[in-house]
Amino acid sequence: MARVVVDVMLKPEILDPQGQAVQRALPRLGFDGISDVRQGKRFELEVDGPVDEAALARIHDLAESFLANTVIEDFTIRVEEVAEAAK
Amino acid sequence: MTARIGVVTFPGSLDDRDTQRAIRVAGAEPVALWHKDKDLKQVDAVVLCGGFSYGDYLRAGAIARFSPVMEPLLEQAKAGLPVLGICNGFQILTEAHLLPGTMLRNDHLHFICRDQKLRVENAETAWTTDYSAGQEIHIPLKNNDGQYVADAYTLDKLEAEGRVAFRYLDFNPNGSQRDIAGVTNEAGNVVGLMPHPEHAVEPLIGTGRTDGLPFFTSILKKLVNA
Repeated sequence: MARVVVDVMLKPEILDPQGQAVQRALPRLGFDGISDVRQGKRFELEVDGPVDEAALARIHDLAESFLANTVIEDFTIRVEEVAEAAK
Repeated sequence: MTARIGVVTFPGSLDDRDTQRAIRVAGAEPVALWHKDKDLKQVDAVVLCGGFSYGDYLRAGAIARFSPVMEPLLEQAKAGLPVLGICNGFQILTEAHLLPGTMLRNDHLHFICRDQKLRVENAETAWTTDYSAGQEIHIPLKNNDGQYVADAYTLDKLEAEGRVAFRYLDFNPNGSQRDIAGVTNEAGNVVGLMPHPEHAVEPLIGTGRTDGLPFFTSILKKLVNA
């Protein structure tokens, strides 16, 4: 079994008021030297069976049509092997 | 005979009853539609009302857009069925790509609820013929995710084609680009806006005016005269 991670972020040109609010709170908390914060979403999909090209293509369609709104968001897909030894 | 106008209730819809009432006040017959319905019960038009369908999870409107009822709605809207999306309904229509652009969190990050002044920019859509172009109206606005955004090319295209149907006046309540409060599709049958005309159809409630009523009388006239 493998995990596929889909990260969804607002496009660079889209204003992120939530990220800005987080960034503005940082100096108050004593965190200096952080000039920008962008907030996004991370989806972890546990895939039954092999993560082959066909499975990734289906996940790409899913991300494009549902997990992200490509009018305002970009997404990246990566496979994260679940280490059998850790179980 | 009068027109039958469907109002879809999704899990989390809030304004379905008010919308049904507005339709009745205008003289048409409201028809309750459920998100799991696979047909539209032969209605002549549909309103997607406000609320927080599916808790606004993922993105406002993103999950409702894949409800069973949306399948016949998409198909018929593309063939000319008049559809009005109010607030969450507008968000659903953009998620379904029936209308361009999308809505982000209000730029100030607060829920906003106020009487809002708008200018009706396009009085030729199926839902706005009882207004005159340039008319100023006051109707309630209440939302969290009302900031209309689209890329510059889309915005220029909308402006050039007269598809910015409503604009915020005096005060931009959510950071919407070019003060856009609502847009129409190319054919003028699908219209969406963030403010709530259905809450302003009787003098007793809403803004104390009936500035929202022409939405519902416009569509009634269009359907009855068709």
